[in-house]
Amino acid sequence: MDGSAADGSAADGARLPPPRAGSRLCVRCGERKAALKRPKTLEQICRECFYIVFEDEIHQTIVENSLFKAGERVAIGASGGKDSTVLAYVLSELNRRHNYGLDLFLLSVDEGITGYRDDSLETVKRNEIQYGLPLKIVSYKDLYGWTMDDIVKAIGLKNNCTFCGVFRRQALDRGAALLKADKIVTGHNADDIAETVLLNILRGDIARLSRCTLITTGEDGPIPRCKPFKYTYEKEIVMYAYFKKLDYFSTECIYSPNAYRGFAREFIKDLERMRPRAILDIIKSGENFRISTTTRMPEQGTCGRCGYISSQKLCKACVLLDGLNRGLPKLGIGRTKAGAGADSDGKQRAKRTERNTLSLQGKHGNFDF
Amino acid sequence: MHLTLEFGGGLELLLENSTKVHKVEVPPKDGQATVTMRGLLTWVKDSLIKERPEMFVKGDSVRPGVLVLINDCDWELCGGLDAELEEKDVVVFISTLHGG
Ligand SMILES: [Zn+2]
Ligand SMILES: [Zn+2]
Ligand SMILES: [Zn+2]
Repeated sequence: MDGSAADGSAADGARLPPPRAGSRLCVRCGERKAALKRPKTLEQICRECFYIVFEDEIHQTIVENSLFKAGERVAIGASGGKDSTVLAYVLSELNRRHNYGLDLFLLSVDEGITGYRDDSLETVKRNEIQYGLPLKIVSYKDLYGWTMDDIVKAIGLKNNCTFCGVFRRQALDRGAALLKADKIVTGHNADDIAETVLLNILRGDIARLSRCTLITTGEDGPIPRCKPFKYTYEKEIVMYAYFKKLDYFSTECIYSPNAYRGFAREFIKDLERMRPRAILDIIKSGENFRISTTTRMPEQGTCGRCGYISSQKLCKACVLLDGLNRGLPKLGIGRTKAGAGADSDGKQRAKRTERNTLSLQGKHGNFDF
Repeated sequence: MHLTLEFGGGLELLLENSTKVHKVEVPPKDGQATVTMRGLLTWVKDSLIKERPEMFVKGDSVRPGVLVLINDCDWELCGGLDAELEEKDVVVFISTLHGG
């Protein structure tokens, strides 16, 4: 077939108009009309073939990296956003299709952000029913005694993502522990990881740089986390959700003023438009950086107060909570531990150590979790 | 030209009442017979977008990270900005940039 039915206008006029929607055939099956151009391969494929390759690639990633073992309980970090919604859908599909033998759960964190999280939690509650996955919600209020709304009232809009990031990471771990989960999976996609690689380079954060491309992290901690979407493009995740009519929530966190990260994201998207491979190449660059032996990695211990993993006496969440509860909310943020001096080495080091204890994956807004 | 425009992934927030689906009548540019995607983007920016147009357009195209589908087909397969629209086409814009 030539698809000319949809091409009525092509006949008149000397200049051949650009090909109309539906006038090209899928390069994979050669039968159906192509529906999208894959950013990873630039192939034009139809909807049905897209579902197959999209799901198969994730399955391959799971198998090649031995992400799961049969019988494991896996908590899916579910925010109601596109990435975790597609992850929940695809993972339950693959679990059935390939007999992974996993017990899957949805795990959501309620930060207590009026008009943002309460709406997105409604989405997760619908997903619970749609995908038949049990849902556990843990709240900042229950865990820490503070909602994000309370915290923002106390500290203002600056730095609130520090709180959110640190608290969310712990909240996920605690929720996963309540579910007796063996693993947490998050919806971080290839674009997210490329962005994080860039940010870590821009910050000179070598320790993070080497960790941020790992598909599984925290194997030495209480509950390992993995990213089955490590090689999955955001464009394809959104296309998949659109074609499958998956129910997701898409509003920015009202408290996410992280301009620096936003800038890195914009840059990644600009690069992608010029050369879509750039995203995978940045990840590859990140993977190929090796830590020199002179870079000291922080030692892992546990928090003296709550028992959470920490390289300091108190974990970051407990330091932040201390500040909040004592009316000194700036405690634990930025340079409080460093001397008041200018750009001395000491300050640089202090800042770096502190950043190491912060969660890489906990930034609000651009990231699922 | 009658078109149906759909906005998703958070782009609807830039429109009046956050309405997702808009049935619109878009006039071709002077002296032209058809509406191209380039022309449609200008029209949307001038006639529909109520706030933060920079979330929708960048330069003469959509902001990178905004997906466009013409009759459920990726516009990258249809000629992108040069795609010529036809009567009753459905054009969908989805932002991928809003986290969750
Ligand atoms: Zn096909
Ligand atoms: Zn935040
Ligand atoms: Zn602690």
